[in-house]
Amino acid sequence: MKILLAIALLAFHLSAWAAPMDAFEFDSKAQEKTFHKLNNELRCLVCQNQAIAESNAGLAKDLRAEIHSMLLAGKTEAQIKEFMVDRYGDYVLYDPPFKPMTWLLWIGPMAIFLMGLFYARRFIFQQNSSTVSGELTAEESERLQSLQSELNHSDQSETEENSDMNKENRS
Amino acid sequence: MTEIKQNNKSMMQRFMPLIIFGLLVVLLAVGLTMDPRLVPSPLIGKPAPAFELPLLNGEGVFNSEDLKGNITLLNVWASWCYACRQEHEVVKQLARSGMNIVGFNYKDKKQDAQQWLAQLGNPYQVVVADEDGRAAIDWGVYGAPETFLIDKQGIIRHKVIGPVSDQQNFDDLMAVVKEISGNNL
Repeated sequence: MKILLAIALLAFHLSAWAAPMDAFEFDSKAQEKTFHKLNNELRCLVCQNQAIAESNAGLAKDLRAEIHSMLLAGKTEAQIKEFMVDRYGDYVLYDPPFKPMTWLLWIGPMAIFLMGLFYARRFIFQQNSSTVSGELTAEESERLQSLQSELNHSDQSETEENSDMNKENRS
Repeated sequence: MTEIKQNNKSMMQRFMPLIIFGLLVVLLAVGLTMDPRLVPSPLIGKPAPAFELPLLNGEGVFNSEDLKGNITLLNVWASWCYACRQEHEVVKQLARSGMNIVGFNYKDKKQDAQQWLAQLGNPYQVVVADEDGRAAIDWGVYGAPETFLIDKQGIIRHKVIGPVSDQQNFDDLMAVVKEISGNNL
């Protein structure tokens, strides 16, 4: 009984996943392939995290029908994309073109990654060089001293705190 | 002297992650205040798309040529659209102040639309009915309400996405109206 229920629930789930596809007929397999490709590359503007292939919004349905009739009329993939961009802007493309408006979008992540890499390299290199050379430069020994005195200070204050706490615990 | 320099440098290094973190916070915070639903229209500055649509009330058609000659608002609305109801008072006010407004009834049933206007008032000089939403695609409409400002030459000058009753939307629209009526009247 439980298994039956599980299967029923699973089937229900799968049907909810199925992409909403209206019945379209095509002249050729290639045409149908282009249709599905376009539907997956164009963004639905109403429900913005879906492609128009997977959206049930009224506008997505209209756009699917529009793409279908344009394909039947012999329009190419590029022409249909241009048609959409003319009306809805680059936003409608999941793969926006590279131009001044979008360069940050394209280069940004790579630039941040390279910056991180640069800093990491410098950090590692600095550590290596100080361990390899063995001897400290004047600047480094000075820094070491200041760090050590800092450390001593914090050690002292810590032990003071600890003894304070011990006192409190005892009372 | 060198110690101070050294300290400055190490301070700088120590706070660098914090500074970068701060900048990221600012960047992301600004991102959060922006509304991703506002998709800027590529049609601004371009001629109104050609269309010919039947009138909602009565016989006849209206086409894009009829938009020329006056500064016009093209208000996209539907009876199923809640925000259209919200903005309707402001649309009526605009009409009373002498603005030429064309209603663009989007994906609606004729009867529902007529009833809606009878109930809430009709501020439109003319209402065109785009029942299947095909003409709206050419206008880049992706929801209702949307309002286009078209100048005397039939060029789209501004687009309001969402209700014009929103103060920011209203002010932005009025700024452009002022600008083009100053130049062209």
